[in-house]
Amino acid sequence: MKLFPIHYLFFVFVTFLASDRARAAEELTVNLDHDIVKITADFNGTDVLFFGVAPDKGDIVVVIRGPLNDEIIRRKERVLGVWVNSDEVIMEQVPSFYAMASNRPLDTFMPSGVGAIHQIGIENIIIEPKKEGPQVKDPDAFRQALIRNKAKQGLYSWDPKDLTFLGNRLFRTKIRFPSNVSVGEFGVDVYLIRKGELIAQKTSLLSVRKFGLESQVFDFAQRYSLIYGILAILIAGLAGWLANSAFRKS
Amino acid sequence: MQIYLPIAEVSVNIFLILGMGGGVGVLSGLFGVGGGFLMTPLLIFSGIPPAVAVATEANQIVASSISGVLAHWRRGNVDLVMGAVLLIGGVAGSTFGVWLFTYLRGLGQIDLVIKLSYVIFLSIIGTLMFIESARAILNVRRKVSTKAHQHNWMHGLPFKMRFRKSRLYISALLPFLVGFVVGVLAAIMGVGGGFVMVPAMIYLLGMPTAVVVGTSLFQIIFVTANVTVLQAVNNQTVDVVLALLLMIGGVLGAQVGARMGTRLRGEQLRVLLALIVLAVCAKLGYDLIATPDDLYFLGGAPSH
Repeated sequence: MKLFPIHYLFFVFVTFLASDRARAAEELTVNLDHDIVKITADFNGTDVLFFGVAPDKGDIVVVIRGPLNDEIIRRKERVLGVWVNSDEVIMEQVPSFYAMASNRPLDTFMPSGVGAIHQIGIENIIIEPKKEGPQVKDPDAFRQALIRNKAKQGLYSWDPKDLTFLGNRLFRTKIRFPSNVSVGEFGVDVYLIRKGELIAQKTSLLSVRKFGLESQVFDFAQRYSLIYGILAILIAGLAGWLANSAFRKS
Repeated sequence: MQIYLPIAEVSVNIFLILGMGGGVGVLSGLFGVGGGFLMTPLLIFSGIPPAVAVATEANQIVASSISGVLAHWRRGNVDLVMGAVLLIGGVAGSTFGVWLFTYLRGLGQIDLVIKLSYVIFLSIIGTLMFIESARAILNVRRKVSTKAHQHNWMHGLPFKMRFRKSRLYISALLPFLVGFVVGVLAAIMGVGGGFVMVPAMIYLLGMPTAVVVGTSLFQIIFVTANVTVLQAVNNQTVDVVLALLLMIGGVLGAQVGARMGTRLRGEQLRVLLALIVLAVCAKLGYDLIATPDDLYFLGGAPSH
């Protein structure tokens, strides 16, 4: 069902390349097969296809970053035989989602300065404890734990093989948005690196939104929590009464 | 078929949830228990955050206890005066319980407290039930002293009240206290608390067995309703979609269970239930003690 837009994009890019070569030579372009990820009742994660045209030869890195949030990481400790939560760290404004794809391993072409400035590569994401929050002796262990846990949940991913060139300049990649992805505006950054230099960069947006009844239920529960609670009881009361009267006769 | 739960923010298999609701419903129809103490751990096992499991289960129990109390009401087995006193205690207890829940959630210890409470209560109840039903099967007779008027320290307490339907003249503090404790359990464990309240009403208050179940169900409706509203307001952890699925499964299961129950022998059923309870307890206990895959984990509300 998603085949149509992909073909369409192919068509667009091919004509684009043919008709306007001069302009294409300057600009790095990227397009997605859908720019809104909809979280609906049957949402079980989705793949988004990214197509782009590089203006020049070189290596391409695509980075998708989710909205920034403070994240809490807790460490368990054994107390009287039972694992309880002990130390905790609040990491300040960490991307809730981070997916990176490149046509070959980063360390083969990425200049370290560029990687650090643009936070390209998992080790370059800025993850630091909040100053006002609790402090620990080994914040790096918590940083690693955050990356490990996010990766396990499918929220952080980095695979150098995921981006492929479909010719000289046309490239594509597929990014997985798992079912637990958070909502908001996602930044899509594409970088073109050549001979250890950042030649071109392009930023676009992708939004992840809840659609349908689910999002309304969630918003309602947050905004009108008292009415929500009362409604929950009324539904339960009705269900109980219905159940009783339905089965009494039989 | 997957369904995305709006509050729990996970997608689950709709048939798994309906099946769990149905399965626990069968047990509750079979044994006359609310089933909350089995449902909440099952929800936790299937990946629902414990805080959401507890709050949502409270919502489901409102439905199942209303359906139950209507049947008892028609037979006149509800002591309203006793129910009201239990209820005052229950509302106070559950309000305190939800406050405690919110506080512990802030400390990042709520999941531990939920699981620990389950291990403690399930192990006690499972063991007691197992011993009692095993004895019944082995036909060992015990002499139980069930004097109608045992005079002890409890009768020296103030605020004496007359409970006509229960044929009791006791201090109102006792049912208040029972209600309070059950209210706290309802808030923290997401259970109706029938499994604690019923024995307490029989052995501690000395109520006649006939009115015990109806009266406890009456009280449970309001306590779990109170928990549902308070959890919704304080923690936003009530998932109505999940609750609705559980209600559907639970209602159908309970009817099946009630019909099966008439054909099976009581003692064997109780041994079975005891074994189920102990198995759930063992699994929860093992998870607390076993070294986790990762000592670090994400999430939870921030400390204040």
